[in-house]
Amino acid sequence: MKPAARVHRVVVALSVSAFVAFGIYDAFAQRGDSEATEHDHLHHHHLAEFAKVPNQARIRHNPLETDRDAVAAGKKLFQQHCAECHGTTAEGGKKAPNLRAEEVQQATPGTLFWILTNGVVRRGMPVWSKLPEPERWQIVTFIKSLTPKTASPSGGQINSGPLATTHTGSQR
Amino acid sequence: MKETHSAHSEEKCTSYTYGNNPLPTALGISILLLLSVFMPLASAQESPYIVTYDHYLEEPGNLEVEYFSTLGTQRGGDEFLAYWVELEYGAKAWWTTEFYLDGQTTFSDSTIFTGFRWENRIRPLEREHFINPVLYLEYEQINEADKIIKEVEGHDIEADHAVPNAIARQTLDHELEFKLLLSKMFKGWNVAVNPLADKNLSPSNPWEFGYAIGASRPLALKASAKSCNFCPENVIAGAELYGGLGDTQSFGLHETSHYLAPAVAWNLPSGWTLRLSPGFGLNDNSHRLLLRWGLSREFSGFGEMVGRLFGGHP
Repeated sequence: MKPAARVHRVVVALSVSAFVAFGIYDAFAQRGDSEATEHDHLHHHHLAEFAKVPNQARIRHNPLETDRDAVAAGKKLFQQHCAECHGTTAEGGKKAPNLRAEEVQQATPGTLFWILTNGVVRRGMPVWSKLPEPERWQIVTFIKSLTPKTASPSGGQINSGPLATTHTGSQR
Repeated sequence: MKETHSAHSEEKCTSYTYGNNPLPTALGISILLLLSVFMPLASAQESPYIVTYDHYLEEPGNLEVEYFSTLGTQRGGDEFLAYWVELEYGAKAWWTTEFYLDGQTTFSDSTIFTGFRWENRIRPLEREHFINPVLYLEYEQINEADKIIKEVEGHDIEADHAVPNAIARQTLDHELEFKLLLSKMFKGWNVAVNPLADKNLSPSNPWEFGYAIGASRPLALKASAKSCNFCPENVIAGAELYGGLGDTQSFGLHETSHYLAPAVAWNLPSGWTLRLSPGFGLNDNSHRLLLRWGLSREFSGFGEMVGRLFGGHP
């Protein structure tokens, strides 16, 4: 067998093995935890990120806090980019925490902006710096406009009703 | 990496031929239609780049299906239409894996399948930095009739593509390609620089080098309050510059080709992204025009669906 053909077979075999191994690992990883435990871990791990936010970022002022279109625009962006994981009502899902949780609602706009910009990559949240800075502030404005609601112990979407305050434009 | 062509039997050539129904086009359109019916859509914010990469990876669990075409002019040969389908999957927030199928039609010649590529992008750093690096590794098994020109490397020049398909497709290349994707956002602008090194796995072939540089910006930095197709924030415009830098035996710009390509992406609220990029050759070794366009759509929940197939809970 020619060296190139041998290398080709090795590469293809490794590729197939990697895909299969990843699929099996992922399936067993999902089986390992109960949904409640999984959700608790998710919630705490993500909230632990708040402690890592630098002070300078934490105290940043939201330049769009008083922009009258920011909540509506932020809601639109949230539905486009965030609802897939955080749920259409922002109450969390299997992959991402409840954004109406007290800890999130009490966080400063700068903290939320920093998390949005940097993601929580090792926990599955991508970086969102690809959205221009004003759009990220619009999302923060929308999140801060939500009615606080405690997460259910089993996680998931406890109330699939409409976003209570998104049309009012109320802001903290 | 082009090798000297040797004579092969016509019988052997047909093993890479898919008649006039090229696999990438048929597969790309079929997958797009099938997934559009059965899977939820995810909204994308795609860059306009076709050759350059920024540092953003696919969202975990999402599958993006992309179809691209390149119409190329050819001096000393026939014009061609090359196309490829990309299946891009976010395995993790820090790892994106992608599978390509390539094909081409050379006018007055033939339509052929030219090979596949398997690409991986890994983000080594957890947070955003002044410059954000991503490691890129790709394995390619393509024949020398491949004309998608997804990257330009070494001494790739226009004359390589003048070889008739029946001859060019007889040489099959196995290549490993490494890139360092460096990217930065600044006041709404993305600037990305991608140096690359490519090795044909035949021992006699040298390492080849190339580059791609891109800059882009949305037409508006603030989103409008209403959902709209024609809002300026849905359109991202920019330009790419890419070309070869020779190889370990002859490094530099001698006998290399280079392109400058304005590019625009239109991200529709429905989840579709359209891209258009006319690329202009910058020297006599380059094609005069590479007109590229692409259509893509992102689907969420693909990872969960595959997980269920392996027995994980929904």
